[in-house]
Amino acid sequence: MSLTLFLILVLNGIQYGILLFLIAAGLTLVFGVMGFINLAHGVQYMVGAYLVFAFYSMTGSFGLAMVLSLVTALAFGLFLEFFIFRHLYERSHLDQVLATFGIIIFLNELAKVVFGPTTLSIDPPEFLSGSVQLTEQLRYPVYRFATIIAGLVVAAALFAIVSYTRVGMLIRAGATSPEIVSALGVNIKRLFMIVFGVGAMLAGLAGVIAAPIFAIEPGMGDNILIVAFVVIITGGIGSIGGAFVAALLVGLIDTLGRSLSVELLSAVFSPSVANQIGPALASMLIYVLMAAILIFRPKGLLPARGVA
Amino acid sequence: MDRAFTTGLAIFALLLIAPMALELMGAGYLSGLLIKAMLLAIAAISLNLLIAHGGMVSLGHAAFVAVGAYAAAIALESGIENILVLLAITLAVTAAVALVTGALALRTSGVYFLMITLAFGQMIFFTLSSLAAYGGDDGLTLWSLATLWGSDVVQNGSGLYFVILATMIAAWWGVHRISEARFGRVLRAARDNPQRTAIMGYNVKRYQLVAYVIAAMIAGVSGLLTMQHAEFVSPALAAWQRSGDLIVVVVLGGLSSRNGAILGAFFIVLAEEILSQFLHEWRLLYGPLLVVMVLYAKGGLSDLLSRPAKA
Repeated sequence: MSLTLFLILVLNGIQYGILLFLIAAGLTLVFGVMGFINLAHGVQYMVGAYLVFAFYSMTGSFGLAMVLSLVTALAFGLFLEFFIFRHLYERSHLDQVLATFGIIIFLNELAKVVFGPTTLSIDPPEFLSGSVQLTEQLRYPVYRFATIIAGLVVAAALFAIVSYTRVGMLIRAGATSPEIVSALGVNIKRLFMIVFGVGAMLAGLAGVIAAPIFAIEPGMGDNILIVAFVVIITGGIGSIGGAFVAALLVGLIDTLGRSLSVELLSAVFSPSVANQIGPALASMLIYVLMAAILIFRPKGLLPARGVA
Repeated sequence: MDRAFTTGLAIFALLLIAPMALELMGAGYLSGLLIKAMLLAIAAISLNLLIAHGGMVSLGHAAFVAVGAYAAAIALESGIENILVLLAITLAVTAAVALVTGALALRTSGVYFLMITLAFGQMIFFTLSSLAAYGGDDGLTLWSLATLWGSDVVQNGSGLYFVILATMIAAWWGVHRISEARFGRVLRAARDNPQRTAIMGYNVKRYQLVAYVIAAMIAGVSGLLTMQHAEFVSPALAAWQRSGDLIVVVVLGGLSSRNGAILGAFFIVLAEEILSQFLHEWRLLYGPLLVVMVLYAKGGLSDLLSRPAKA
């Protein structure tokens, strides 16, 4: 285990964590502010990845494709909000789970029909290809650095908006007591729509960023959705800061666990046993983390104040 | 005898004569479909006890189906062939797993309960995937099957259909009895107002834990029968999407109804079969169908059936 490898793993973990944060941010706001469980949030991520693929092959410019994808993802999120989700806010969590499950099934199949069942990939944009020399032996792709920086910028902007602006104040107030906010003359429907649209766009952005790194395939949003739920539960529902801390934690634990578990276990068990249980244990780590946090801190690490 | 009871009896009577009727119509292959629906129904009936009466929405219930299936399969591999012994092993193992995970999960409630059951479900999924001696990710094909004292009456092509039907009826009847008994009333009281129930002197968590263990054991039996029917077990049984499917079945069927879980299971299995006849990409129809059902059929299928037709 060299220091170089460890550094690469840490960087990958941070990068995965940033990606998770972009998805979890929208999810935790929608959940915290509207009390709405949106399982279809994961497919917004898939939609972002497919959109950037389609626009990239149409325009040939990654920057343009990215802008077009974000606008489309936002429009698509607002479309879903207006026609379906809006009618579910007052309903039970079970109804919300069921309806959004239906949307996942539809969009996964649609992706398969339109783009085919095989995995697709795109290259990172020209100006972000290549890698930087960090230490003598360590080179790291520029694109991955760019995603980390982009994610940090978005996180900072989001945090500033929620903490210091009027809209952010309304969002926090809406999370605590929507009826009161509504009674004070705030158009709560429009507020919900804004929150939802921004959440959908952030998930789409995560999909765009992920497209050149991971494979684009139908169902790619399903597993990351579950991990995003782990993040928001671990961090505390409705809390942007909590989502950020938990996303980095989950990203690092998952990435390091996958690479180091076999090695660490070999210290105690025989190599064959370590090879057998190592990978399973690594996949399990983030769920163990969530279960442990729920058992000892049932409201998450940094719960948003006032959220039921 | 109320209406739901009569509906239930009618469904069971139909299922009893179905294999013969299908054979006569030359569509014997369809009985496999009915078995699939009944296995789903058994697991859904147990989840219905948790969701409808206990107010405990679990997103890890399919894991107990898998635990039951693996417990039976591993015992079978080590030479135990009597299905009654396998049943006892399945019940014991699922109960033990449910007791531990349930006691921890019940420290939370609501959405947090949903997520912690998901976490335990995923842990079970990855544990089963790591059982290299029993197939790992790929699952385990069984070369010998369970018998009843050497008789193959509990196997495919023989009486397995009726064993599964009988199990489903037993689960249906059992859950009905439990929910009508004082136990069920306490459970519903705890669902609606845990504090008041606790003040009345009931240990709320203990009642919920018992319900959780019972539901897991029924799901485990569904797993045992799934193994016996498929002659194969794999970690995919514990995938979280399966738990999602179970919730869909329960909610779609109608939470407040006794036959809801059965109706939901048959609806899903038949809808898949029929839609896929028309369109290879049947999910394009199925997904929107779910959304429309949620938006317009609030009480589930059983409510649609019992609602008087508008003149």
